[in-house]
Amino acid sequence: MAPAIELTGITKRFPGVVANDDVNLTVEAGEIHAICGENGAGKSTLMKILYGMQPPDEGTMAVDGQRVRFSSPSDAIEAGVGMVHQHFMLADNLTVLENVILGAEPRNWRGIDFKAARQHLSEVGEAYGLDVDPDDLVESLEVGERQRVEIIKVLYRGARILILDEPTAVLVPQEVEELFRNMRELKASGATILFIDHKLDEVLEIADSITVLRQGRTVATVKPEDVTAGDLAELMVGSELPTPDITDSTVTDAVALDVAELVVHDADERAVVDRVDLRIHKGEIVGIAGVEGNGQSELIDAIIGTQPVASGTISLLGADVTHASVRNRREAGIGYVPQDRHHEGLLLEAPLWENAMLGHQTQAPYAKGAFVDRRGAQGQTEQIRTEFDVRTPNVHVAAHALSGGNQQKLILGREMMAEPSVLIAAHPTRGIDVGAQAAVWDSIRAARAKGLATLLISADLDELIGLSDTIIVMLRGKLVATLDPAAVTPRDLGAYMTGAALEPAGQEVAADG
Amino acid sequence: MAKSLGRRVMLALAAPVLAVAFAVAMSSIVLALSGSSPITAYIDMFDHARKLETMIDIGNRFTPLYISGVAAAIGFRMNLFNIGVEGQYLLATLFAAAAGGAVNLPPVLHIGLILIVAMTVGAAYSGVAGVLKVTRGVNEVISTIMLNVIAISGLVAWLVREWQAGGGVNASGGNAGVGTEPIPESGLMPNLNGFVEIFTREIKQGKKLTGVLVIALLVGIGYHVLVNRTRFGFDLRASGMNPFAAQAGGVPPKRMVVTAMVLSGAAAGLVGMSTLMDQGRYSPNFVRGLGFAGIGVTLLGRNHPVGIAIGALLFAFLDVSAGILQISGSASREIVVIMQGIILIAAVVAYEVVNRFRQREEAKDAAAALQSVPPAGIEVSA
Ligand SMILES: Nc1ncnc2c1ncn2[C@@H]1O[C@H](COP(=O)(O)OP(=O)(O)OP(=O)(O)O)[C@@H](O)[C@H]1O
Ligand SMILES: [Mg+2]
Repeated sequence: MAPAIELTGITKRFPGVVANDDVNLTVEAGEIHAICGENGAGKSTLMKILYGMQPPDEGTMAVDGQRVRFSSPSDAIEAGVGMVHQHFMLADNLTVLENVILGAEPRNWRGIDFKAARQHLSEVGEAYGLDVDPDDLVESLEVGERQRVEIIKVLYRGARILILDEPTAVLVPQEVEELFRNMRELKASGATILFIDHKLDEVLEIADSITVLRQGRTVATVKPEDVTAGDLAELMVGSELPTPDITDSTVTDAVALDVAELVVHDADERAVVDRVDLRIHKGEIVGIAGVEGNGQSELIDAIIGTQPVASGTISLLGADVTHASVRNRREAGIGYVPQDRHHEGLLLEAPLWENAMLGHQTQAPYAKGAFVDRRGAQGQTEQIRTEFDVRTPNVHVAAHALSGGNQQKLILGREMMAEPSVLIAAHPTRGIDVGAQAAVWDSIRAARAKGLATLLISADLDELIGLSDTIIVMLRGKLVATLDPAAVTPRDLGAYMTGAALEPAGQEVAADG
Repeated sequence: MAKSLGRRVMLALAAPVLAVAFAVAMSSIVLALSGSSPITAYIDMFDHARKLETMIDIGNRFTPLYISGVAAAIGFRMNLFNIGVEGQYLLATLFAAAAGGAVNLPPVLHIGLILIVAMTVGAAYSGVAGVLKVTRGVNEVISTIMLNVIAISGLVAWLVREWQAGGGVNASGGNAGVGTEPIPESGLMPNLNGFVEIFTREIKQGKKLTGVLVIALLVGIGYHVLVNRTRFGFDLRASGMNPFAAQAGGVPPKRMVVTAMVLSGAAAGLVGMSTLMDQGRYSPNFVRGLGFAGIGVTLLGRNHPVGIAIGALLFAFLDVSAGILQISGSASREIVVIMQGIILIAAVVAYEVVNRFRQREEAKDAAAALQSVPPAGIEVSA
């Protein structure tokens, strides 16, 4: 049988970089094929080329043995290639069914033929073992379910070759298992899957073959049974796989951030953060564990100041900031790594040095009085670039030209360089490769030793356990358990997060009343 | 380096030049179809524009167009569509005229008072739209359109009658009788004829180059410094590019909306000054349409201070040429309006085309630069 995908000599250049340099890639039909590589290695670019979003400068592509040339994603779908992006593209206020058929609506003489659509959707769901309720509103779904809808959306359009760009980055372990189950079923039904992942143990678990890219070139294609995670890391970055080591506690008695009886309401006046008490000392890292949508984002937003507080207080280094502006809080020393870098973290069209200013634009070295200090800002950005290894031709390119992981490094760098007293970090290493991840952890630990208080939110439970001094579980807006990271496994943590490990009845009743 | 700078400049100019060339071609077709000779019409326009007096006219038209363009651009920089420059400048000019006619002050103070009243009224009126947006969530496009109607057909129409001078005759002796109290000499900005004549021959036909041109240039410089060099300008642009990231970065979103509208309105207040200083009073037939024209000028200039100047100059040239076409009979003056429209559409398209070309060129350069440096030594064992 002809391979599902055969890329030959693919080259793609961007200003100042060669993203793909004579890449060859063969994906056999019916296999799960992982793509690994450092940040900026050219993985996303290669996938976008395969999906017709960007034309290659050189090279040829074949799908099922047929030479193809895609000028848009619809050509790719025509040929049976579909892609799920890392940033979901679903309309929140539509149902699953409406989202799936959007842009590919079956029609009859009366307009959209919902009956046929529903029929087709359930056929697709059955054929690939994917379970969704077509009438659910997308906004009510959890991340893992949304992702499933995205996958079904692609399958519905007839794709048999599926590209997933960092599908596990946003998932908690339970959801990852669910995704992998789905992927195996898809494979059993004859689909071919190509996916990008930075977590090497996941790759080894699910992939049939692994291709490693480095600096735009294919370094090797290996079988998981022939390599260890360490081998893979070495292929990717040329260094050993870092292990989050246990360091001595640096927790002090001085309280840096004190959140008391905090209540935050959503648009319907429901308490999404429900009487939360949280205290973080200088030199302490407090990790919040929880399935997305249990009030973590609202808690963060309230601390940063982008969401109003219904009741309760927030104090920063002893000063009440409950109603202070975001700017005042930032100037008082709160650093912020948002959970979605494109949404809240970056000005994608602006140059890197202006992105480095964002959130710190009132302070040196970015500002001089009422004016922007361009030279100071650019110098500082250069320093972020070297210290945090942001791979870029220079600090004047636009932020959208950076690879996902490098964008993340830039955000981390700008926050850490400002030497905050409190850091609110949501998924700080999301999308960052294993090598750079270790560097990020080191820099957070170094700052902690100097007295930084950190509130850490992460879907990566190893990160949460490895970094935190204390772990707090958040469920339905409440902090329901405090755990010692030294005594907890990712598995236990997962059980707490879904509420399975909590006392039944009593606690639940109290929580809802 | 020099080569790349030359090319950058060329690429920057390519889009507007392409747009104008396209517009000329299209207008020629329209002219030919309507039975006029395009060649004669263009020759008439250029011959006319070479005359010193015409250049003065162009300068006088450029002045309000440029200020109007900058006023619109301040809002555009943060995705605020201030469609209300029209109403803002008419209202502001009326108030400034009334204030200027009501007092007698030493020249500098008198002129300063008039300008400050104009800017304050423009800012306040535009600020209403800003406040409505942040407190009531009213889209600024809707509110400024309505505020235009209220200003022009309501307030201005009413106040101009209320504040009518007691049957005073217009200084220039024209269509006199109605209008505000004439502003005394001390309140009128001196013209720039004396300055221009240092370099040229004597200016004839009683033409005067408005002194407000100096203010227009200061507005342009101020705009550049504000947007590109100050912290406020950074906050403004950040809010325009990504309001969520700006907010998380400490930019107060509501205050930015109101401030941007107020600044835009303050600039808008100055749009009518050159005409006011020339006519010495506000009359019911005071020049209209400068606010809307400014939007086109800004689109053409891509919110860039120099770009807006080029756009304003081009539109001023076309506006002034309309007169000569009419007089020489080589074409109807409406052709100018058609040309302005085509230029705008063509500009939008041309910018996009040139942008793509630029990206491709840069990629090629990058590749060429990298060819000479072998990449880090990695075994390729695929
Ligand atoms: N639109 C663009 N313009 C300019 N450069 C780009 C563009 N897209 C990608 N690049 C560059 O191409 C290189 C490869 O980027 P790509 O996004 O493919 O990396 P990646 O392997 O997906 O990395 P990550 O793991 O960080 O997501 C990077 O150096 C990036 O800066
Ligand atoms: Mg990527």
